[in-house]
Amino acid sequence: MSQKWWQQQLPKLVLSPSFALVLFFVYGFILYTGYLSFTDSRMFPSNELVGFANYEKLFALRHWKIAITNLGIFGGLYIGICLVLGLMLAIFLDQKIRGEGVLRPIYLYPMALSFIVTGTAWKWFLDPGIGVEQIVQSWGYTDFEFRWIKDRTMAIYCIVIAGVWQTSGFVMAMFLAGLRGIDGEIMKAARVDGASSVQLYRRIIIPMLRPIFLSAFVVLAHMAIKSYDLVIALTNGGPGRATELPATFMYSYTFTRNQMGVGATSAMVMLMTIAAIIVPYLYSELKGSKKS
Amino acid sequence: MMRASLPGSAMRSALYLILLVFSIFYLVPLYVMLVNSFKELDEIRSGAMLALPDNFTLAPWESAWSTAQIGVSPTGLKPYFINSIAMVIPAVLISTLIGAINGYVLSKWQFRGHRWVFGLLLFSCFIPFQIVLIPMAKTLGILGIAGSTPGLVLVHVVYGIGFSTLFFRNYYEAFPTELIRAAQLDGAGFFMIFARILLPSSGPIIVVCIIWQFTNIWNDFLFGASFTDFDSQPITVALNNLVSSSTGVKEYNVHFAGAILAALPTLIVYIVSGRYFVRGLMAGSVKG
Repeated sequence: MSQKWWQQQLPKLVLSPSFALVLFFVYGFILYTGYLSFTDSRMFPSNELVGFANYEKLFALRHWKIAITNLGIFGGLYIGICLVLGLMLAIFLDQKIRGEGVLRPIYLYPMALSFIVTGTAWKWFLDPGIGVEQIVQSWGYTDFEFRWIKDRTMAIYCIVIAGVWQTSGFVMAMFLAGLRGIDGEIMKAARVDGASSVQLYRRIIIPMLRPIFLSAFVVLAHMAIKSYDLVIALTNGGPGRATELPATFMYSYTFTRNQMGVGATSAMVMLMTIAAIIVPYLYSELKGSKKS
Repeated sequence: MMRASLPGSAMRSALYLILLVFSIFYLVPLYVMLVNSFKELDEIRSGAMLALPDNFTLAPWESAWSTAQIGVSPTGLKPYFINSIAMVIPAVLISTLIGAINGYVLSKWQFRGHRWVFGLLLFSCFIPFQIVLIPMAKTLGILGIAGSTPGLVLVHVVYGIGFSTLFFRNYYEAFPTELIRAAQLDGAGFFMIFARILLPSSGPIIVVCIIWQFTNIWNDFLFGASFTDFDSQPITVALNNLVSSSTGVKEYNVHFAGAILAALPTLIVYIVSGRYFVRGLMAGSVKG
């Protein structure tokens, strides 16, 4: 009898250390950061409660407004372009292309790289001194100018370019897997002839990929909000503060500007934004797996 | 017949052209890094970034590996590469092992509330890590492992458990439960069933999990930058120091060689086992 009881308790016992770790290091830490966001912590954590003062302060900061606006521009374009490009490449690759086995890994390999590597490559490739501008000028177009990365209003688009380069192949792979999962008869009909196949894709096949759009959107949105390394490596938030994102804002306010309360507040805002996207998604995914 | 197939073949040519143009887009940065890492600095400055090296030289690689100035000391990336290896191996092995046993429990030994436990583990994969930076710095200090490689290993294990559990749980979910019941009737216990029945057939998911964790942990920058000292920094942090240091001449060729050095391990893994890499990516985003 006690043997059986033991066998029933053992699994829970085995799981409990990881569960305890996650409870402490994830949920405990979230609570603690949440607590700090209501204190006047500066260089070190403080216990002086200040109500919502940090939240009011945060949303009044010009620096934060820049970060939020940039996240809107970056996130919108990054997600949008990755989805469109990923879908397009997947559909094209799915046309019985010769050499698909070569092309697919070429589209996808950037995903294996660190954002710091990606940032380094693009930083110098986009640099007016040695990169694209120089290259095109050396072809004889001496008036050619391309200095987005040094331009306050355009630098954020450089982050978009590098981000899309890194992730769009992954989105392509997701869509391709989706396309390959669609019933062969429908696909065969789609390939029959040119004009009508565009219609077939638009009316039938793309709508069937809805779950992939959702998954890809969730992954991309979550990556956009967390984006930190890419900005650090590519522009370090500059020129000026032109490419500051919430993640870089949080880091600099907490660790270099000694405004830990405001930093914690910005982290809470980031968490809540991600949670608003992820929680409903995970909930529906888990409910879905219950049925099957 | 000929006329009918013409638009079709024109369209196919356009299709191949577009696919080719995009493969160039994806390859150019790697090509730029590679060719310029073998050039002398003057050659890069003269605007020939896309050209093959005139004077082929290995000096940038030697410099990036062993003599380039990183932070305050001229050590090259070598010690940081070693730091990364010392960090990534234990972190990957531990988090994979924990994930396997967790996945086993959550799929085959379900208890009341198992769905909640799994949900909480899963959500931890998606939190913005900014939320844990402040308390983690404090905790590592209290544990006495702040600024050290073991500290960084702990961080990566803790935040890797969610994904590794997810991988194994979904994989074991499809494993026939009857086999486990039968083994139980034969008197096999919890660990015996895991070691003798599930583990031997877990090869593919172990590979997927190891590749996923390896790529993520090797490529991490935020934790490495937040929780290490100069002598325990991983290579991503050292590379960023190398490239963004504002003193002296910008040695683009050395930066490119360094970037490739930092990318090499994950690139090799990708080239050798791309199929598993893709499966990991999929499993990490499209559940079930």
